[in-house]
Amino acid sequence: MLNQIWPIFILVSFSYAIFSGNLEPLNASIFESTSDAIKLSIELLGTMCLWSGIMQVANKTSIINRLTNLLNPIIKVLFPEMRKNKQIQKEISMNMIANILGLGNAATPLGLKAMKSMQEENAKKDTLSNSMLVFIVLNTASIQIIPTTVIAIRNSLGSSNPTSIIFPVWIATVCAAVTRNSSG
Amino acid sequence: MQIVNFLSNLAMPLVILLIIAYGLMEKNKVFDDFLEGAKEGMEIVFNILPTLIGLFVAIGALRNSGILDIIIRFITPLLNVIHFPSEIMPLAMLRPISGSGSIAVATDIMKNYGVDNTIGMMASTIMGSTETTLYTIAVYTSAVKIKKTRFVLLASLAADIVGILVSVGICRTMS
Repeated sequence: MLNQIWPIFILVSFSYAIFSGNLEPLNASIFESTSDAIKLSIELLGTMCLWSGIMQVANKTSIINRLTNLLNPIIKVLFPEMRKNKQIQKEISMNMIANILGLGNAATPLGLKAMKSMQEENAKKDTLSNSMLVFIVLNTASIQIIPTTVIAIRNSLGSSNPTSIIFPVWIATVCAAVTRNSSG
Repeated sequence: MQIVNFLSNLAMPLVILLIIAYGLMEKNKVFDDFLEGAKEGMEIVFNILPTLIGLFVAIGALRNSGILDIIIRFITPLLNVIHFPSEIMPLAMLRPISGSGSIAVATDIMKNYGVDNTIGMMASTIMGSTETTLYTIAVYTSAVKIKKTRFVLLASLAADIVGILVSVGICRTMS
């Protein structure tokens, strides 16, 4: 996608700058933007390392396995077709827990495993089953307790309270999730 | 509002505390695990750096060439109808398409309109409450070689739109 969008951005803005005579600010912005990207990355490094580290500690414990049981009632409601299949239920809830904890790297492989198991149960192999549909929709929701990346960015930009967005994020996530489940 | 702040402030320390305590209870080498994960964190940042540079230059050019002002002037009357701030529009459009791209745009918005300002808060909340929908759908369907995806895209995009509108609404009420 960015292969189309990025060149359009460049072509449109660079040619407009030439026609409108805004070349000086454009030149300044080119160099400013590259050093901004470097500055931001360096500031981001600290928080991102800290969080990835903490989450790896969680990953090595049995937290995911434990929390999986908590989700069971929800899974049974959302995936009625899988009611009899304990193994798939477990794979689905492990993926959800990894998402909730913000373990993106763990969530995707777990999710793909669940998709493969659901495909085995799927009658029409080229079409998404109801369970798979609900599952993908759940994964496009950002059900994360702590939105670590945004907090890291806010911190690097010198926010006076980087974590102040956690609560609004929860509310927006819940509203989006409700929409998902009523339309999916 | 105080309870909101308290919950927001409590969430991070509490999660860290619980995780470390849990790791200790299970007699894990928590610091070794931490280091292993922190290294992965470094990789994540290094991997998005090229995207950041490419997109920062493109977005900076959009703004400084003056073309963004013209586009915003054009769409503002439309967005005013639904009380949607036009500054957020580029993020709303890129969010479902590209993860690293939307990080770059959101950062740009926070930097230019103020990270603790209403607009900056909106950008942060949108980033936290939505996902890279198109990418997720592509990964999950292609892994099992499924072509007919039914209405999964529609449902996910509808949810993204609601997430974005609620983000805008709640940040406006809070400020």
